[in-house]
Amino acid sequence: MSVDKDTVRKIGRLARIHVPEESQEQIAGELNHILSWVEQLGEVDTSDVEPLASVTGHNLPMRADRVTDGEKADDVLKNAPQSASGFFVVPKVVE
Amino acid sequence: METDVSNLVSGRTGDWEVVIGMEVHAQVTSQSKLFSGSSAEFGADPNMHVSLVDAAMPGMLPVINEECVRQAIRTGLGINAQINLTSVFDRKNYFYADLPQGYQISQFQHPIVGEGEVTIELKDGSQHVIGIERIHLEQDAGKSMHDQHPTQSYIDLNRSGVALMEIVSRPDIRSAEQAGAYIKKLRSILRYLGTCDGNMEEGSMRADVNVSVRRPGDPLGTRTETKNLNSVRFIMQAIDYEVERQIELIEDGGEVDQETRLFDTSTGTTRAMRSKEDAHDYRYFPDPDLLPLSFTQAYVDSLKAELPELPDQIKQRMVTEYGLSSYDASVLTEERETAAYYEAASDGQDRKMVANWMSVELFGALNKAGTNLADCPVAPQQLGALVGLITDGTISGKIAKDVFADMFDTGKNPADIIEEKGLKQVSDTGAIETMIDDVLAANQDKVAEYKSGKDKLFGFFVGQTMKLSRGQANPALVNQLLKAKLDS
Repeated sequence: MSVDKDTVRKIGRLARIHVPEESQEQIAGELNHILSWVEQLGEVDTSDVEPLASVTGHNLPMRADRVTDGEKADDVLKNAPQSASGFFVVPKVVE
Repeated sequence: METDVSNLVSGRTGDWEVVIGMEVHAQVTSQSKLFSGSSAEFGADPNMHVSLVDAAMPGMLPVINEECVRQAIRTGLGINAQINLTSVFDRKNYFYADLPQGYQISQFQHPIVGEGEVTIELKDGSQHVIGIERIHLEQDAGKSMHDQHPTQSYIDLNRSGVALMEIVSRPDIRSAEQAGAYIKKLRSILRYLGTCDGNMEEGSMRADVNVSVRRPGDPLGTRTETKNLNSVRFIMQAIDYEVERQIELIEDGGEVDQETRLFDTSTGTTRAMRSKEDAHDYRYFPDPDLLPLSFTQAYVDSLKAELPELPDQIKQRMVTEYGLSSYDASVLTEERETAAYYEAASDGQDRKMVANWMSVELFGALNKAGTNLADCPVAPQQLGALVGLITDGTISGKIAKDVFADMFDTGKNPADIIEEKGLKQVSDTGAIETMIDDVLAANQDKVAEYKSGKDKLFGFFVGQTMKLSRGQANPALVNQLLKAKLDS
């Protein structure tokens, strides 16, 4: 698997990260480096090994269905660049 | 997928088969959200039911709500689906102002519920089995409002993180009518289970509808997806519109684009969403904040053992044990409350007669009063008692309708109303004979006509006797005694 400039541009756009034209080539090279390093793992035969989600062997912890949080609109909105009447306010997004 | 010839749509150039699949988003009934402890209740001031987890503040971690897991399993059991003892939560990545995390926690490759089925019955009595592909658990997004300001959108995150079940059907639906029956049946099952309140107006249930058309026997055509339909009527309208649009497009030599469309409720039409080329590149990957979800078969079995009786089972019982028609049983089982009312009212009474009284008198009165069974002034036992008073001959069916109207207005017991108003049916042979004698004496000319062969006058004598008794004479006895006197 290898990454070219177009892929870098696409990944950047999907992640909403601006990747300047002049650095795209370099980033493609770095990503290919990482990918080839990860691909080395493919040399190990894992056909008889169950996928491992956690080394602790724990199950997903669950909580009881109780209302224990919320009712703190002021805290929630505290870092918002803009808010009004309890709402977050953002540039218009209409589909 | 067989072609069902009864559902073909004819175009200018021949017949078309409609193929529909639905994705229904149903809000899980729970106190708190899927991954946070804030309230899942509808209708609070903006951003009041929001925790720092729901607002996706840095460092916040999701912890799953066990009740949402339990409800998803119960829903799966309710549609006879496979329950997956291990499932995985994935991140579905996209950017939108009402999705603070930048991804929705959902389940992609390993959903909690696998294949199941829902049986629908149409007005013509035909039954169809709609396959369910999967049900997965996921987070709802927040709500954007675009009409508050000319250049800005307002965001309320109260819905953000509320648990949804996405119920994905197979493309087994063949008409708008079937789609309507499917959503109603699904809603009914969820409401019986208590896993979703089914309130479509408040958005507790909404559907995305995939529609395509093809020549009978051909491979599947290109489909469009119409999003976020929140009523049975809108679902059916959107399908009708899409079917017509797609057929016309193809017959004019065009091609259907695979695209997402929006439904305009004011015109009943759909239009293409402005699509961005990367809109569907969600880059799913397992959420590193969450371990796989796992539980035991014993847990699933214990939930199965406690499942309530579901509409199909109750309907079956009403038909085989109570002798109701399939249609009556369907009407009585669509809502859990209706079935419960019927069971209580008909207990120990003539089951069929109670069914008739419910569907004609009770529903009629409720409709007229603009109310529903939850606020019904007549308790089920009172309706049962009224039917009991008809079957034991205390009052006639005709008088019973007046008594019922009184019960509906006052909430009184039928026996009390009958006592107060002196409506008790007269089944005393002597009293009825006296009345008949009076009627015959007052109409001697007609008696003579009757005896000379004018049989039709019999009805006149019955009517006069009933009138004299103010409707209270037992009609069967009147008939019997009159016949004996006139023909002697």
